[in-house]
Amino acid sequence: MSGITDLGVAAIRDGVKAGTFSAREAAVAYIGAMEAGRPLNAFVVETPEHALAAADAADADRAAGNLKPLSGVPLGIKDLFCTAGVQTTAGSRMLEGYKPVYESTVSANLFAAGAGMLGKLNMDEFAMGSSNETSAFGNVLSPWRRNDGGNVALTPGGSSGGSASAVAARMAPGVTGTDTGGSIRQPAAFTGITGIKPTYGRCSRWGVVAFASSLDQAGPMARDVKDCAVMLEAMAGFDAKDSTSLNLPVPTWEAALSSDIRGKRVGIPKEYRIDGVPAEIDAVWEQGIAWLRDAGAEIVEVSLPHTKYALPTYYIIAPAEASSNLARYDGVRYGLRVQPEQGGLNDMYEATRAAGFGAEVKRRIMIGTYVLSAGFYDAYFNQAQKVRALIARDFDTAFEDVDLLLTPTAPSAAFGIGEKMADPIAMYLNDVFAVPASLAGLPAISVPAGLDGQGLPLGLQIIGRALDEQGVLNAALAFEERAGFNHRAEAWW
Amino acid sequence: MSVDEATVRHVAKLARIAVSDAEVQKLAPELSNILGWVEQLGEVNVDGVAPMTAVIPNTLRLRDDVVTEPDRRDDILANAPVAEHGFFAVPKVIE
Repeated sequence: MSGITDLGVAAIRDGVKAGTFSAREAAVAYIGAMEAGRPLNAFVVETPEHALAAADAADADRAAGNLKPLSGVPLGIKDLFCTAGVQTTAGSRMLEGYKPVYESTVSANLFAAGAGMLGKLNMDEFAMGSSNETSAFGNVLSPWRRNDGGNVALTPGGSSGGSASAVAARMAPGVTGTDTGGSIRQPAAFTGITGIKPTYGRCSRWGVVAFASSLDQAGPMARDVKDCAVMLEAMAGFDAKDSTSLNLPVPTWEAALSSDIRGKRVGIPKEYRIDGVPAEIDAVWEQGIAWLRDAGAEIVEVSLPHTKYALPTYYIIAPAEASSNLARYDGVRYGLRVQPEQGGLNDMYEATRAAGFGAEVKRRIMIGTYVLSAGFYDAYFNQAQKVRALIARDFDTAFEDVDLLLTPTAPSAAFGIGEKMADPIAMYLNDVFAVPASLAGLPAISVPAGLDGQGLPLGLQIIGRALDEQGVLNAALAFEERAGFNHRAEAWW
Repeated sequence: MSVDEATVRHVAKLARIAVSDAEVQKLAPELSNILGWVEQLGEVNVDGVAPMTAVIPNTLRLRDDVVTEPDRRDDILANAPVAEHGFFAVPKVIE
């Protein structure tokens, strides 16, 4: 049946339930779109058999009157989530061929809710990147192109680049992403889709290949706010296997969705107005402010004084945690092993890690090793943890006065592949607006706001209090209704 | 902080990553740039501020000290590059 790939997560769930089409028809339609989209390199592994089996189970469940919350919905899974029996690489040569013998909690939750898996989605190596260019399995292309006719290949952002490209190109109705310092929100903004990073601890990290454990958080990416609410409800929940999992009930975010935000106070952090950001970003921000005001929100300027220190804080803490987490790749228990002739154990470690890690991962491991090393720990890591506490305090203070914050998601629209790879710090600046909420563990969503002069999507970010995903989703819905963003990339692939 | 090539080699050793001379030459200025940039944190007054330990207040749970997993030796070894006799195998450590 044609047209199914125009439907998102909730619409497919509802269509299957109503009998408008079968779950198998939906899976077949999306498998076809996935195969047609191979030039975008969004998927590193395709698992049509998984999607079809889940679809057949959904059709049987429907016949038995036994439908589950996501019955009949085929999803893409970022390759950071361990999937039983299906290669999981985290975008790294180090894990090429690795087939976990267990399922991550988040993907298990989605499958238990009736969803199927279309395949595993390409990403920056170990989620370290903002353009998907550090993947060992090739660049992901954005389905978007500039309107200048030049056909320059654009990045979908990162690290969840395959996830973003798959949703924007209608190859999946929804996907999982992970966000350590913007890896859900920045690619969502670059590709004109919606993605939410929930409060740290909402989604279990168990079975998610670790990057920086105090920051890593899974979340959904989809075409609209409602689809994100539906998916997040299935993904979240307490998990005893994750020591930082929040032991709280999962709210019924979808049922409580409401775009009535009259009386809400929305803060505009003045420190997010930074030099060098294109005027179009400011313009779309002003437009977003006008939309929320139109929805009945009260707009208030707020101050988050330590904002300028968030990015350098992140680039101490995240590499420090990564250097520790990635110590596990030693060529012994799983993954690549390179054994030099006549070499001992240390030679094996060093050769394995030299061959298995890409340049950006090595750079971050070395930065992390340096800032944790004897004599430097206090000056770098401990200082960063103190500044992180101040950044979180800034948010606490702001949220005494306002309910939500509205900011740009990223400081530019999508850039061309290769444009920023030469300068690590220029690449890091992509996440200047995303990182503060990560450091404070707060829920934050990116919603499409409009197109820039080159015809590329721009997103705005709504940040909420810890555990107030509902407030974030509701404001995003009010925003979405007013933005009326219905642009999509013309299929050229 | 300017990172010299000897420091790069030392850090690479600590991180157990073999680096070529060419990589060392490339990494020294790269790491210097990044560390020089993050050093701006030194200007923040953190008097009386405790380092963050938990981003969302949470209590560490204790569980009963009991076996929770069955014997999964074969699963655990399933992805080992080299496994022999039910063990991970590594190069000889003691001559």
